Amino acid sequence: MPEAIDRKGLVLEAVSISIDDAPLLDIDCHIPPGNILTIMGESGSGKSSLLDFIAGFLNPALQAEGRIFLNGKNLTDLPAQERHIGLMFQFPLLFPHMSVLQNLMFAIPAKVRGRQHRKEIARQALGDVGLNGFGDRDPATLSGGQQTRVALMRTLLAQPMALLLDEPFSSLDQTRRAEVRELVFCQARKNDLPVLLVTHDEEDALAASGLVHFLDDHKNNNGCSKVQQPQISIAKR
Amino acid sequence: MPKSTGRPDIATVLVTILLAGPVLAGLAGTILPAFGYLPVLGFRTFSIEPFRALFNMPGIQISILLSFGTGLVASILSLAIVLLFTAGWSGTRTFARLTRFLSPLLSVPHAAAAIGLAFLIAPSGFLVRLVSPWATGWTRPPDLLILNDQAGIAMTLGLVAKEVPFLFLMTLAALNRPHIRDFYKSGASLGYGRMTTFIKVILPQIYPLIRLPMLAVIAYATSVVDVAQILGPTTPPPLAPRLIVWMNDPDLSKRLMASAGALLQLFVSAVSLIAYLVLERGVTRWLKSRFESGHRRRQDTSARQAGLWLMSIIVAIMTVSIVLLAVWTLAKSWWFPAVLPQRWSLARMMDAFGMGGPAQLATLLLAACAAGIATALTLWVLEGRSFRKKPSHGRLNTFVFLPLLLPQISFLFGLQTLFLVAGLSGTIEAVLLAHLIFVFPYAFLALSDPWNRLDPHYAKAAASIGASRARIFWQVQLPLLLRPVLVTFAVAAAVSVGQYLPTLMIGAGRIVTVTTESVALASGGNRQVAALYALLQLVIPLAGFVLAALVPSLVFRNRAAMRLERQF
Repeated sequence: MPEAIDRKGLVLEAVSISIDDAPLLDIDCHIPPGNILTIMGESGSGKSSLLDFIAGFLNPALQAEGRIFLNGKNLTDLPAQERHIGLMFQFPLLFPHMSVLQNLMFAIPAKVRGRQHRKEIARQALGDVGLNGFGDRDPATLSGGQQTRVALMRTLLAQPMALLLDEPFSSLDQTRRAEVRELVFCQARKNDLPVLLVTHDEEDALAASGLVHFLDDHKNNNGCSKVQQPQISIAKR
Repeated sequence: MPKSTGRPDIATVLVTILLAGPVLAGLAGTILPAFGYLPVLGFRTFSIEPFRALFNMPGIQISILLSFGTGLVASILSLAIVLLFTAGWSGTRTFARLTRFLSPLLSVPHAAAAIGLAFLIAPSGFLVRLVSPWATGWTRPPDLLILNDQAGIAMTLGLVAKEVPFLFLMTLAALNRPHIRDFYKSGASLGYGRMTTFIKVILPQIYPLIRLPMLAVIAYATSVVDVAQILGPTTPPPLAPRLIVWMNDPDLSKRLMASAGALLQLFVSAVSLIAYLVLERGVTRWLKSRFESGHRRRQDTSARQAGLWLMSIIVAIMTVSIVLLAVWTLAKSWWFPAVLPQRWSLARMMDAFGMGGPAQLATLLLAACAAGIATALTLWVLEGRSFRKKPSHGRLNTFVFLPLLLPQISFLFGLQTLFLVAGLSGTIEAVLLAHLIFVFPYAFLALSDPWNRLDPHYAKAAASIGASRARIFWQVQLPLLLRPVLVTFAVAAAVSVGQYLPTLMIGAGRIVTVTTESVALASGGNRQVAALYALLQLVIPLAGFVLAALVPSLVFRNRAAMRLERQF
């Protein structure tokens, strides 16, 4: 197996998180660019702590070991701002004091110069997710699905090198859910990003059609090397 | 439950009368004498003579500029320090640690803080002693105008030291809303530095909640009397302390001029507020234009360090000042340039303690009554509003804050005259009423947030098993909110103890509290006694906060869910 340094995508090398010396979860895996790894587990299984650790927000009450590599770069000791990891939350969390377009322009790197040019990029991004003409709207007037789509584009416009999804579809109703989910996965593949999806919804895992890692019983955990296919996906085949 | 009706409930009406009545009556009682009409003293013709006399007073322009300048600069500086520190450190352990220091400092009355600060920075004060004579060669206090300096720097510093804890706790309360931590995360995951995330994402969301307290700080700082008397310039002093001198002048016609001056003070404070609002608008517009630029400013270490240093210095100044008060109380002789007293004595303290008995009793009585009434009224209003399902407290919040947005002096002058006419001047009831005007807003501020955050399902669960409205209040809501209710009581008591001007004006010299006494003693030569009275100002607020911490942990010692949540 090649060294973590040489591997493209997101590598979690012998990551283990514990609270007061009681182990919470162990994981060791590699997500190549364009692939999705789904992590499933009940609440309290440490899913969110794992995302916090990867993104650089680990609660100081928790202890973590192991290393994180992104396209060969060791991120473990970098501050969150330097990691270039896009994060999507359970709620879209659009900034309520900015317009939809301002939310998107906020994410575009400063090296992209020229107000008009930046605006054009943001408008283009809105168009990509079918929200042409929504730029001047107050984010609060958008539906849940529309907000999630804007949040997705905001995350992508910052040009992340990996994507972490913390149950971003759970606040959507059933009919919108599949549509938005497909859009997110499609955009992630288009940008060739490694994606880590945390969910407790089996349909999400099925739609991601990648590897699935279960956190429920960490004592018998096998890590990604021995990933189990979820039964539903077998049933589908 | 009954539908919300258009008619306001009794409690709201009562509060409206309590706050608006004295303020409006007081303003009228200031405006009429300002234009020459004060029939009690035999002035029955309207004229602008009082204003002419006022503007002919020597150095009046300097007084105006001092009030405007020190007040506005101190307020803006305080807000800047608070925001810089919060932007750089919110959510860290350092932040949590300093928070624990800053919260008790809020309860230190202005006058006590100013006296302690004077002991720290005076030419014969602790800082000069620390470096004398080995570094400076001074064997006697240098002839420097550090205290009461002409530009009002010491006074500005005193105001900053006192307003920073207040604005900080207001900011802390504003940050206490859902998803704030997630907004931090989303800023960081988009690559934004900690401070830039705060300024561009968090601050615009929480600023509306800090705004009214900030305006109250400006109104207070531009018209402050006690801090100005202790630390401010004397030749000439700022406007507000000069007005007090004229008001107490044996020549009764000076009262007309003092009233005109009180209106001028109202104008000066209003101009300061307007100046701040204009500045705020400019900053907001500039900030909005930066939202879209995409600048991340990840390297913010030096700005963060600056914020930490400034905040630490404020906390250190306040802490050392209070320790100095205690040391001076116990000092028998403490000659310059000794860093610590040569001889200590408990006897003098006990003496002064005995002499201060009546003042302490009056302070305690006023604090307990004012805090009890204010807390009870607040609970009454809040319970009534939640029962009637009036979710928005926006308008009421603004209204309750009104007495804090006017300079105290502008309506206390008139109120004093009215009480004089009614024969109530110098009675403890009148002083209590005056205290309530300023205590109630803080009680309401302290309690409305915890009340609104109480899960309404508890009341619904109780109602569904047949509990009456009264039983729900006494047996469910009140016990659940025991801690915030006691904290509110302690805050209210602390505010009452800190009231200098209302006690002085309405008490007419007959009601003496430790606060009025300590300000009077501060200018005298006896530092031991001045320190003792300043320290006594801390006793009641401190006792209040200790009780607020102890009682719930005793009552709920076997209830895990009632303990304070752990803070990171």
